Amino acid sequence: MRLQLSEEDEAFRAELRTFFTTEVDEGVRATVRDRGELTKDQIVATHRTLNAAGLAVPHWPVEWGGKDWSPLRRHLWHEEMQRACVPPPLAFNASMIGPVIAAFGTQEQKERFLPPTANVDIFWSQGFSEPGAGSDLASLRTAAVRDGDDWIVNGQKTWTTLGQWGDWIFTLVRTNPDVKKQAGISMLLIDMRSPGVEVRPIELIDGGHEVNEVWFTDVRVPGENLVGEVDSGWTQAKFLLGNERVGVAPVGATKRVLAQAKEWAAATRSGDGTLLDDPHVAVRIAELENELMALELTALRVVANSADGKPHPASSVLKLRGTELQQAVSELVVDLAGPGALAFGTGEADSDLPVWARRSTPTYLNLRKASIYGGSNEVQRQIIAGTILGL
Amino acid sequence: MDFELDEEQQALREAARSLLSKRYADFETRRGTVADAPGFDRDTWSRMAEMGLLGLPFTEGDGGMGAGPVEVAVVAEEVGRVIAPEPFLTSVVLAGGLVAATGTAEQRAELLGGLASGESLVALAHAEPGARWTSTAAGVRAEQGDGGWRLTGVKEPVPQGAEADVLVVSAALPEGGTGLFTIAGDADGVTRNGYRAPDGSRAARVALDGAVATPLGEAGQDQATAIAAAYDGARVAAAQQAVGAMQVALETTAGYLNSREQFGVPLKRFQALTFRAADLYVAVELARSLALWAAMVHADPDTSAEERTTAATRAWAQASKAGRLVGQEAIQLHGGIGMTAEYSVGSYTAHLTTLDHLLGDARHHLARLAATVGDHAEVDPLG
Repeated sequence: MRLQLSEEDEAFRAELRTFFTTEVDEGVRATVRDRGELTKDQIVATHRTLNAAGLAVPHWPVEWGGKDWSPLRRHLWHEEMQRACVPPPLAFNASMIGPVIAAFGTQEQKERFLPPTANVDIFWSQGFSEPGAGSDLASLRTAAVRDGDDWIVNGQKTWTTLGQWGDWIFTLVRTNPDVKKQAGISMLLIDMRSPGVEVRPIELIDGGHEVNEVWFTDVRVPGENLVGEVDSGWTQAKFLLGNERVGVAPVGATKRVLAQAKEWAAATRSGDGTLLDDPHVAVRIAELENELMALELTALRVVANSADGKPHPASSVLKLRGTELQQAVSELVVDLAGPGALAFGTGEADSDLPVWARRSTPTYLNLRKASIYGGSNEVQRQIIAGTILGL
Repeated sequence: MDFELDEEQQALREAARSLLSKRYADFETRRGTVADAPGFDRDTWSRMAEMGLLGLPFTEGDGGMGAGPVEVAVVAEEVGRVIAPEPFLTSVVLAGGLVAATGTAEQRAELLGGLASGESLVALAHAEPGARWTSTAAGVRAEQGDGGWRLTGVKEPVPQGAEADVLVVSAALPEGGTGLFTIAGDADGVTRNGYRAPDGSRAARVALDGAVATPLGEAGQDQATAIAAAYDGARVAAAQQAVGAMQVALETTAGYLNSREQFGVPLKRFQALTFRAADLYVAVELARSLALWAAMVHADPDTSAEERTTAATRAWAQASKAGRLVGQEAIQLHGGIGMTAEYSVGSYTAHLTTLDHLLGDARHHLARLAATVGDHAEVDPLG
């Protein structure tokens, strides 16, 4: 057993730290630091800064811009980004559809889609969930029917994150209703400017517009936009969802917010001292720090010992506990804000309260999603119970 | 960055597992062993000595194996897996660790040599009624007279206090500070009342009435720092021991959920139960991560005393919290059978409870961590 990073990995980390803190736009980093909402331009610009430096898609095949890093280096890359308040590369592009096209796409599809996907010249949306198909994704009903070489798509997707900004959407559609539900699904790439595609916003409890419904009415999709074989979409879906779970425990970001929370607590009067002097607050922080450290070490155990490509059994802990702690820290912050947590609907100009306090409630409410998406935490418990404990 | 055991460490684990799991393969054997004094199996203790386990952390010059905290943790995990009642943690790691840190060369050779060979059982008499998890002594006082040093007062609870051949006793010094002394277990002025601890191990009230004592190390020296460090070393080992116990308690519980039928179906058909088992797995893995890390911190010669204390505090706080959760839930998920002495999980819970109160519970350690949360921005396990 060895605690330290090797000299090479240490240097790698230092290099990344320098890049992220000097080359990424300070305004973007300040927005993340203040827990604000990023604009589309900020997301795209940051992604392109990373891509220009070869840091947007390091986990792709080398041929398409990947870096062939060890799992540990990927972990360090991810953690350092979060630490430096750098928004990670757009997940729909970098983590989801890019690797799927690289693994399952035709040569034409790779050449057509991968370079613009790496650079967000195409802003992708994800079209998997439906009103009747959440954790039970295979129950989806959006249908694609053959019409010559094309497909005609009808149905509805939901929870389409940032769909209002999407250029293209990767979807799972039912191409065969007469077989076992997993066996009749295909993956289609759909240009969102196609006639018959309609995006409708869903307002969430945090007041923001982050997710959407996407409706398809007789949408014509060229046959060349099918990824993989007809009816093989479940294979690609599982591959994609497996990738989605990697790095889903945002330890670095949660640690950073907890460190900020201490500053905020120390700057807030309470009784004769500050909130940080309150023993209950201090113990709560100490306990969260320890839990986060245990999680970070678990993540390191997973990456350090998954070099042979097989996932470490403890990896299922990361999504479950990572999101729980992310939520717990957001709950701490909303509690630290106290009465400031009421300043929900203020803009920049009309409040004397600090930004972190004004953002505390929207963030707290928004992060309730973390234990629902990416395979709900109940699904994760099912996985642990079934595959690890044999229950 | 590497969390895997090397070949030698794996061999050590296999050897310790083979010895201990063979001896305690049948839970009834453990029950029988703890039923009678001294509460552990002398023959197993001798075999552990032959294997080098009782001298594991001591230098070769002191009659030991010269291994480090990682190797100690490896053995502690195996002790925990079968909740072996042999006092590896309290006599070898805790009492032995303190002797190794403070004794003179002659004392180390004699005490650690006897401990490592299994010929002499050493116990640390430090806890006192009315105090908890401190590094100082107040209830036992040391006086220096014509015949040398004499100790008076009560130590309780003293793990293996009634069975030990040698007691390492902490005492308030006349000039202030906490000194360390050795006293033969059967010396004049020593009264020992032994009893069972919750997990069947043995503890005792040790009353000293002017008992003649020999200073451990330099006479009159304040040893509070060394006492604290010895407890920290024990916490790192205990964290791994608790992980071993939790792991088996969880496996036993999962096995029960798989096999036990109620309402015509196995218990695992009830999601309310399997989800709770999944949460136990999460708790065990997180505790394991901090325990492994703490052992590595303690094994690193470049870490400061403060870093070592913090690592021990962090690891044990996590293990203590997880231990309660796993212990309580293991019994609950078993139902009534979990309450019985003849079934194992209740004893695992009792063992975790015993460790918890021997070394300080999560509340105690989180309060220590809370006192310094303002001193750093983030906690970084990689430094």
